[in-house]
Amino acid sequence: MAEYWRWKEYRWHDENKNWRDATLITAGVDVGSVSSQAVIVTDGELYAFSNQRTGSDSPESARKAMDWALEGTGMNLDTIGFTVGTGYGRVNVPFSDKAITEIACHARGANYMYGPTVRTVLDMGGQDCKVIRCDERGKVTAFAMNDKCAAGTGRGMEVFADLLAIPIEEVGELSFQVDEEPPPVSSTCVVFAKSEATGLLREGWPKSKVVAAYCSAMAHRVVTLLEQVGIEEKFAITGGIGKNIGVVRRLEGEIGIKALPAKFDTQIAGALGGALFAQNLLKKKLAVT
Amino acid sequence: MKAHYGYKDGSGDYFIIIDTDLCIDCANRPCVAACPEGVLEIICDDYDDEVAAVVEDHRKKIKYSCAPCKPDRDRPPLPCTAACTRGAIVHSW
Amino acid sequence: MITVGIDMGSKTIKVVVLRDGEVIGRGIELAGFESREAAEKAFDAALQDAGISKADIDGMVATGAGRKNAPHTDRDITEVGGDAKGVVTLYPHARTVIDVGAEEGRAIRCNEEGKVLDFALNEKCAAGAGAFTEAMSRALEVSVEELGQMSLRSKNPTPMNAQCAVFAESEVVSLLHNKIPKEDISRAVHDAIASRIVSLARKVGFEPDVVFIGGVAHNAGFVDSLERALECKVTIPENPEYIGAYGAALAAAES
Repeated sequence: MAEYWRWKEYRWHDENKNWRDATLITAGVDVGSVSSQAVIVTDGELYAFSNQRTGSDSPESARKAMDWALEGTGMNLDTIGFTVGTGYGRVNVPFSDKAITEIACHARGANYMYGPTVRTVLDMGGQDCKVIRCDERGKVTAFAMNDKCAAGTGRGMEVFADLLAIPIEEVGELSFQVDEEPPPVSSTCVVFAKSEATGLLREGWPKSKVVAAYCSAMAHRVVTLLEQVGIEEKFAITGGIGKNIGVVRRLEGEIGIKALPAKFDTQIAGALGGALFAQNLLKKKLAVT
Repeated sequence: MKAHYGYKDGSGDYFIIIDTDLCIDCANRPCVAACPEGVLEIICDDYDDEVAAVVEDHRKKIKYSCAPCKPDRDRPPLPCTAACTRGAIVHSW
Repeated sequence: MITVGIDMGSKTIKVVVLRDGEVIGRGIELAGFESREAAEKAFDAALQDAGISKADIDGMVATGAGRKNAPHTDRDITEVGGDAKGVVTLYPHARTVIDVGAEEGRAIRCNEEGKVLDFALNEKCAAGAGAFTEAMSRALEVSVEELGQMSLRSKNPTPMNAQCAVFAESEVVSLLHNKIPKEDISRAVHDAIASRIVSLARKVGFEPDVVFIGGVAHNAGFVDSLERALECKVTIPENPEYIGAYGAALAAAES
């Protein structure tokens, strides 16, 4: 059976850097309900990361994420001075030294990825949607996290990709192949929206139009969460759906603000923030001993 | 920091917003005691501050947890917001 | 006097025919994507069951989510009104009605005349109604009836974490992977919706007698979870899914 929800799993490390020159080597592991990432930071700079689907066992997923990030670097777990666990499975990262919430980690990670001007971060994850406001140091000043409802999350989008038999990475592009923008799907609930979409397909709507209607509904829903917490520029998007231009462009259109362009994989923000927190904690630990 | 705990779903938006800058972690924790459903607790947040928060188990069903205090008619002041002298607790619905 | 009530539900259309207040015919059809067509079929089936023709009808009222779309009548009443009227007519001591359908859950407090005093709804979210059990029965690869029966055999119930039908499906897959017995999972599913429904009942301040109607009343596992959460027994009429249409047919007789 084809798996339309499957996005590409990925690892990377900086071949131009020699980690042996670094003083502080730290890691962050973000075990989400849908995806897991591990990030290694050397003296405050991104060195390596991995991004893969979370398995059925959180500690196992954490280990696999870490092993994959380490692969090919010549490092092993003992090289890491301090590890922070974050995400839904943060208490289940067996080799972590501390657990920090994904809210704080995302703010910190976004601050690194987008720079000190970022003030509002929208993270659209696998099973949650978060709006985080932060200051120039990446410290959280406000947040809202919705992990109760699938609408506005990656799972919601996966249900649609499966229904329409479209690989999830193609959904965004496809949503723009319409003559004119259709009205958004009226049901917020993914289960009811799916029935609604089935009805639209039967009425003869092409897949691109259905996808456009759903992206539009998702974008609007996310905008209401953003407005609740308040949007201050600069604005950035992290998380898996950040890669779906169908949702991103429409939400940018609705709020009238463009998101900062991503220079890194948007899914690593949490783990990256964790690794940066880990660096500060390692410094403190070494200063004391 | 303004922490919005709760959710939005097809039926509406339900958030308890706690302003941790205003929360001074009062001695006998009146807000925690005032809630008949045990929705609130004191936690040590990511920045090592002791502040009020919504218990994790309640965050995804806050509409139902708070329902007993929110009849449609003749709604009395909410016990949690009344207990907080600093106005740190606000309900979005 | 012959009256007809039609309940244009989101999943099924129900029709009830009354002669002088007595039920003489019923019809039911899946709403599908052409609800008006389905309504006609249910209507015809009910008339046939009653042994009457369209000309014999003195009055007809519609109710349900799609009531503005009902054929053969332009009179409609709210689901809440129809439920209360229908239940109190059958059970004069009823003061609380719980109606769980495919897409909406309701708790209604009413008086001895069947007048609505207060009501609360679970709407627009699949986790608040029958759609939740349907999704979970698919995830467990059993029918909804089997799901209900399995729930009664649970030995080690553990609460579900997810509050959303989509997330619950992932949670069920994960529980199955961890070898949790289907009986316990099914019980967790029913306990979860029951608690959401009971919260509605508490919001309106329920008092006995409590009558439970709607298609989900056929689910023995859910009824068990509901009674446990309410801490009181509920009365379930025969043909619980027809009560909305019955109430509408009674309303048709009143004017």
